[in-house]
Amino acid sequence: MTLAKRIVPCLDVKAGRVVKGVKFEGLRDAGDPLELSSRYRDEGADEVVFLDITASLEKRATMRSLVRSVAASLDIPFTVGGGIRTMSDARLALASGADKVAVNTAALRNPELITKLADVFGSQCVVVAIDAKRAKGGYQVFSHSATRSASVDAVEWARKAAELGAGELLVTSIDRDGTKIGYDIKLLKSITEKVRIPVIASGGAGTLEHFLEALVDGGCDAALAASLFHYRELTVKQVKDYLAANGVVIRP
Amino acid sequence: MRIEVFNYGAGNLFSIQAALRKEGAQTALTKDGKRLDEADALVLPGVGSFNPAAKMLPMQKILDAVDSGKPLLGVCLGLQLFLKKSEEGPGKGLSLFPGEVKKFRSSEVKVPQIGWNTLAVTRESPLTDGLDEESWVYYVNSYYPETKGKWVVATSKYGVEFPALVSAKNVHGTQFHPEKSGKAGSRVLQNFLRTVKR
Repeated sequence: MTLAKRIVPCLDVKAGRVVKGVKFEGLRDAGDPLELSSRYRDEGADEVVFLDITASLEKRATMRSLVRSVAASLDIPFTVGGGIRTMSDARLALASGADKVAVNTAALRNPELITKLADVFGSQCVVVAIDAKRAKGGYQVFSHSATRSASVDAVEWARKAAELGAGELLVTSIDRDGTKIGYDIKLLKSITEKVRIPVIASGGAGTLEHFLEALVDGGCDAALAASLFHYRELTVKQVKDYLAANGVVIRP
Repeated sequence: MRIEVFNYGAGNLFSIQAALRKEGAQTALTKDGKRLDEADALVLPGVGSFNPAAKMLPMQKILDAVDSGKPLLGVCLGLQLFLKKSEEGPGKGLSLFPGEVKKFRSSEVKVPQIGWNTLAVTRESPLTDGLDEESWVYYVNSYYPETKGKWVVATSKYGVEFPALVSAKNVHGTQFHPEKSGKAGSRVLQNFLRTVKR
């Protein structure tokens, strides 16, 4: 009856390679997207997130063909985000094999985009990515790869995104990104207590216990990690075995 | 082997085709079913919503193809269209099985159901051949086909117990997405293709 909690490796892709930094800075090469996505599928990943962090528009065509090859090789759900600004960007991503699209900056600028996407493609297709940073009295949302403050409270924005038709929220702690000191449980909990849609925890995974905390204490439905899996510090299988041993429902 | 995949919605038609091709089938997208005679089998993929789909699909042609013995696979909404009607909207389904499509209503579950759930095989059939007793499959749905009978060959639970896999003669349907369900899903697709005459 309960759905399995999901473990979701994330590929941040730039110029055809997977890269990873700390707190959104100091990117370094982490491998080939196709190779990594296939490895994660084989290890039992429940879903793969692909974030195109290429800034320039002219690279987008190459990115589409890469999305297609990754999609063709995956028999698990696949979310594509990064630079999705319009309905036609979303349509192209879906036509290239994405099951869901993640929107971030464009949704902050134009919240109606969430509703439009949900109306045309269904809520299940629409992931709203929220990059949040600890601030006085709560958490503030940042846009443009965590470089600009959107002057909005993270919990408030999460609630609004759900109301506008988001099917899922991908909540990243900017302070924890790439640090391996653990997910920001306070941030996650404050959001999962306020919305009825699935929440994916992101930013800070470093140990097996961190995953358990996000899914149990944080109340999240899925936990995302990047560098930990890229550099084989933990495998998806290790994480899932650990969670199962601790009573979490997972897909073995 | 040539499979016609009906294009009637806005979602992901790429994955079901990629999955069928991976199992060795050739696929072609069709809106009107003009070349249905040349097809070895038909697939109604799982995108869109009931009423627009029922309106857009060449329903009589699909029924004729089924009568002529062509294997048909419906996925998610594709399976829901096998029933007469749906709570999702007015349109008329194919009435291949009795019952109607209902919305998940239990207060204990979030709607839509999005994620991995278990499948319990309740009856042996060509489609469930080789599946583990408990397989994990991927769902994205707010509605489910409420139908009872020997054509229901596997079920899942989400607030209610509902048909996950139906199979009778040449008509087969999955409420989950086999193209997104890892090993279990690819087994079901292989099983379907094995029912297709070459």
